[in-house]
Order: sequence, then structure tokens, then C-alpha cells
Amino acid sequence: MIFLTTKDLEKALGLVKIAGGDTVKEVSGMYICDLLSLVMSKARQNCAWITVQTNINIVAVAHLADISCIIIPEGIAVDNNTIVKANDEGILIYQSQKTSYELAVEFSKL
Amino acid sequence: MTPNNIVNMAILKGLDVIAITDHNSAKNIDACIKAAKDKILVIPGMEIESREEVHLLCLFEDLNSALMMEKTVDENTAYIKNREDIFGRQEILDEFDNLIGTHDKLLLKSCDLSVYEIKKETERLGGVCIPAHIDRESFSIISNLGFITEDMGFTTLEISNNTTREEFLGKNEYLKNYSFIQNSDAHALGYINERVNAIEVYDKTLKSVISALKLRQNP
Repeated sequence: MIFLTTKDLEKALGLVKIAGGDTVKEVSGMYICDLLSLVMSKARQNCAWITVQTNINIVAVAHLADISCIIIPEGIAVDNNTIVKANDEGILIYQSQKTSYELAVEFSKL
Repeated sequence: MTPNNIVNMAILKGLDVIAITDHNSAKNIDACIKAAKDKILVIPGMEIESREEVHLLCLFEDLNSALMMEKTVDENTAYIKNREDIFGRQEILDEFDNLIGTHDKLLLKSCDLSVYEIKKETERLGGVCIPAHIDRESFSIISNLGFITEDMGFTTLEISNNTTREEFLGKNEYLKNYSFIQNSDAHALGYINERVNAIEVYDKTLKSVISALKLRQNP
């Protein structure tokens, strides 16, 4: 895999940025899981994380696990306080209409 | 389990207070209250599964509030027909244990309300919202949302019978200021607890029990 940034990912997967401002981070893998307790212990540093959870805790988990960005699939709406917190903390959150599976398949081709 | 065998088993066990908390339903509470006939205090409640698939115990001071909560949950739950061959019959009984109806809509699923929304609505109706079996690895607020934050505003947390408060706090020290309760979570008659857990209340009324659960051990 070539060196990727969140900016590359945004473009390649057609993601819509909803929080995180101008932050750009390195992306070195992908992780998909909705149990935040598991994400905290299993997600690798610099991964792009896909989850359907939109609770404010996802921001803290992304921080804790040093995740590059959060991707919310299937057009799921994100809680407003989550967006506010992510902007405060510079955590990138993207939205996509695609399913987690579709996003992962596309990611594997990059 | 029927209203009469639940209530009478609880009385035999010497319990003072029980809560009826069907999953996303409040339709069997009335029968249990009537079957209890003042011999035991019955708290009207529900175990509500949030959008995040977190189980929350919502307990109320009166049946009407529980029924209003049930209505809100029902309006926010997509219709999926129950498969009786898989999930069993979702029975509604009266105070004489007669079958008076069934839920056609599958109850064993999440509703489209967040943890915050469920807590807020429960409190608006005068009730108390308690994260259920938070030590468990499924359907618990800690497994699904990672941790409990101050801004969620909970006062009391429930742990399952698989642990003790001391053991749980050994791994989750940051929760030491919350009040804890431990319940039977009985899904069959044989699992109704002995008289082993207690909380301090002003008197044996619904209002006092709910008030006690709204207090944090160390505010």
C-alpha cells in the first residue's frame, strides 16, 4: 500500500467531511467495529475507523486509540454534540452513503 | 413466568420490592401490580434498548408514566414481525394469569432513541434511568460506548450477579462515586434472588425508592 493521508481517503472513497476542520493525518489501515470497548483495545494507531455509533464517546475513543479519522457509513446522522466535540479536539469525522463493506472493499484497492 | 408466580415467588423469598422490566414493553406491569395486592411493592418499569444497543432500566413512580414511555419507545421502533418459532410468544397476561393478548411486533430489538434521549424522557416522566448490567460484554453501556461520562448524568448503575461492586470497581475505579444496585434480572422463576440486596429508603413507597435511586453515593 502506498502512503495515504485522510485527504487522499476523502477523495478516493468520496467521503463528506462533517468535523475536524483542516486536520490531515496519515492513514495506515482500516478498522471496523461498533463496540467502543473493543475499539479502545483493538484499533491500531493511524487507522481509519468505520462505525455506526454516533455518540460523543467516539471522539474520545478516536483520541485514545490515535485513530486518523472516523467514518460513519450508510448516511447515518451524527449527534450535534459529537460534531462540536470533534471540532474542538480536531478529530476528523466523515460521512458516507456506502456500507462499511463497500468502503472496506474500495479501501483495499487503494 | 406469570404475574402470579413472579409475585408469589418474590413474596416467598421475602423481598420487599420488585420491578417489572420487560424488554421495550410495559404491558404486563398492570397485572403484576394487581396480583401483588399490596403484599409487595411493584415498581413499573422497562428495560429499554437504545439505538446504541445499550440496555437501560427505566423505573417509574406510577404505571401511567411507564405506559407513556412505552408509547414513545414503540413509536420509535421499526416494525419487524415477531417470529414465534425463534423468539417465542410475546405474551400479555392479566392479573389471573390469563392470556389477554400478544405482541405481534418484535420487542427484542433496539429502538431509534439514543441513551441521552431515553434518559431525558424517563426523567421528564418522573422516573429514573439506570444503565443495566454494565459489567456484561453485551448490551451494556460500557461494552458499546466504551465508558460512562459525567455529562451522561447517571446516578445509579446496575451490575449483574456475575460480579461484586468491589470486583467491578477494581477494574473501573473511575465509577466509585456512583450508587450501585444488583438485581436478579430473573428471566425464569428460579433466578429470583434471595433477600440479599438492599437499598436505604425513607419509606416503602414507589416515590421513596425512585428518589433513592436518583441519588449518587458521593455527589
